[in-house]
Amino acid sequence: MPTLTYRDALNQALREEMRRDGRVFLMGEEVGVYQGAYKVSRGLLEEFGPMRVVDTPITELGFAGVGVGAAMAGLVPVVEFMTWNFALLALDQIVNSAAKMLYMSGGQVKMPIVFRGPGGAALQLASQHSQAFESFVANVPGLKVVMPATPADAKGLLKSAIRDGNPVVFIEGEMLYNTKGEVPEGEYTIPLGVADVKRAGKDVTIVAHARMVSVALKAADELAKDGIEAEVVDPRTIRPLDVATIAASVRRTNRCVIVEEGWPFAGVGAQFAYDVQREAFDHLDAPIIRVTGADAPMPYNKSLEKAAKPDAAKVAAACRQVLYRD
Amino acid sequence: MTPRESKSGGRVSGARAASPLAGEDPVAARRLLRDMLLIRRFEERAGEQYALGRIGGFCHLYIGQEAVAVGTMAALGTDDLIMCSYREHGQALARGVSSRAIMAELFGKATGCSGGKGGSMHIFDAEKGFLGGHGIVGGHIPLITGAAFAIKYREGRQVAVGFFGEAAVNNGAFHEALNMAALWKLPAIYICENNRYGMGTALERAAALWNVAARACSYDMPAETVDGMDVLAVREAVSRAAARARDKRLPTLLEIRTYRFMGHSMSDPIHGHYRTKEEVEQQKLRDPIVTFRRQLEEVRMLDDEQWQAMESDVAAEVEDAVRFADESPEPEPGELHTHIYSGR
Repeated sequence: MPTLTYRDALNQALREEMRRDGRVFLMGEEVGVYQGAYKVSRGLLEEFGPMRVVDTPITELGFAGVGVGAAMAGLVPVVEFMTWNFALLALDQIVNSAAKMLYMSGGQVKMPIVFRGPGGAALQLASQHSQAFESFVANVPGLKVVMPATPADAKGLLKSAIRDGNPVVFIEGEMLYNTKGEVPEGEYTIPLGVADVKRAGKDVTIVAHARMVSVALKAADELAKDGIEAEVVDPRTIRPLDVATIAASVRRTNRCVIVEEGWPFAGVGAQFAYDVQREAFDHLDAPIIRVTGADAPMPYNKSLEKAAKPDAAKVAAACRQVLYRD
Repeated sequence: MTPRESKSGGRVSGARAASPLAGEDPVAARRLLRDMLLIRRFEERAGEQYALGRIGGFCHLYIGQEAVAVGTMAALGTDDLIMCSYREHGQALARGVSSRAIMAELFGKATGCSGGKGGSMHIFDAEKGFLGGHGIVGGHIPLITGAAFAIKYREGRQVAVGFFGEAAVNNGAFHEALNMAALWKLPAIYICENNRYGMGTALERAAALWNVAARACSYDMPAETVDGMDVLAVREAVSRAAARARDKRLPTLLEIRTYRFMGHSMSDPIHGHYRTKEEVEQQKLRDPIVTFRRQLEEVRMLDDEQWQAMESDVAAEVEDAVRFADESPEPEPGELHTHIYSGR
């Protein structure tokens, strides 16, 4: 199986879906001539032309709405935000237009559209460029929220998102674009709403998504040195959430740590914790602990930034805590 | 002369020679009058049903603006795409969406055009190309651009037509949407229904530039200012814009000057702090239905008997719509959870 970067896996998914379905087109800032701010769209303009790889002005609200209107008229837009930080300007279109169109039209107007781009913190980009927004969008019925952690997941999930027929918020990891992994060639899709056990273990369940999966795996490596076998479950899709797989893991391990990059208050991990206690209350031997980003805007200073982010040491410490081995 | 007229400038098309109906097919002309009258009587009944508590939520009536919707729809083809703001009962009726289905939607019934889930602000009829009913001021203007983009993408001959009020042009979405339509040469018609007030705020109190059509120069886009009380002037202007869209793939901004005879919504006063009773009465002298009826009578395209027949025909249609809505079933409780996601 070929080894690809996360960005090239996304590129492959876009290319394959655009070849498969003439209604699929990509629009956003710098996606064409510039080849993508993160080079996800490299070579697509050359293959598909400017009508299907559309460079937009810097107007997130405007081009997100253009995507919604194009979907109403029968196309399948993939709207790229250079980062999700900029997409806040488009939140009205995502929430008020895209998410509700099918419902408020009584089922008449379908909304096959993908809003994608990088989210989460990068390095020293400070408060306005380092944010995790999955809790904002996951709250909204009508949206699906997908966050791939590996190159293979990126490809398989993006292809499914484009085919889904519903508005899908697809949040990529800004720090993951260069990561490499094996990616199946050709037709390879992963259904939305199916979690993946990234590492098996019997002592504690770590639920982590997007870049936090690699943090959790690193924590699991550290814990293994002490003889603690952590299981890492990656939901991959925040909405719909595969509660069954997460709860099944917790029933085996009896302990649960939930990791997310975003802020603690009303973060998606709070919802995960609610679902786990509903489904596996009698199996829990300790309260669930969440490891989140600090409850503060992201600082620029390197050491303050490190303190603000979840890391393997913090996750390992939380695991020891639920095992009462701290 | 109001301050707006004195400072806004811009030539208003619609003032024309003595015989605007020369060469007009009498049947088509009477059809325009009937379509306007249907909107008027439908909206009067909607207001009454709202007062009786049978229509809930917000209910924004179109009374006074009928010539804009009717003149526009008369200039369009059946496969063109229409999007509106939340004051859209009139456009839906003029487009040929069933009066039964619209009234039933206002009543929140299962037989409503949006299954009772949309209500007054979200009238949809996809088969008629009527794509809503959108409730966020300005938010749907980029959607119009998107529909026009899809038409160009498929190399179609359709036009995407969108309605919004003059208050929406101060919104960033208007600017972003029109810029892209002009930049990409999309077949769109942006219809600004300038009824002078965004709720209770006069145009002059919200916009630095009072001439809405003049904003088109920012996008190098063709524009016209149109008398929105003259159904023929509206039809002609939209026809020119539609030809420009179909033949040259160029968008147009039409500022259609009209007036809302009712309050912003059914829960708002007709006059009060923001406009005087005298102003409203003065504007009612320009009533588009009265004016057009008189024009038809002058050239003997309409006699009193035909007018009475039209009135009773429209009254019967509206009565039928109300009865249908009243007798229709409520949505099933399970409908709460349908249409959130589309099954494949």
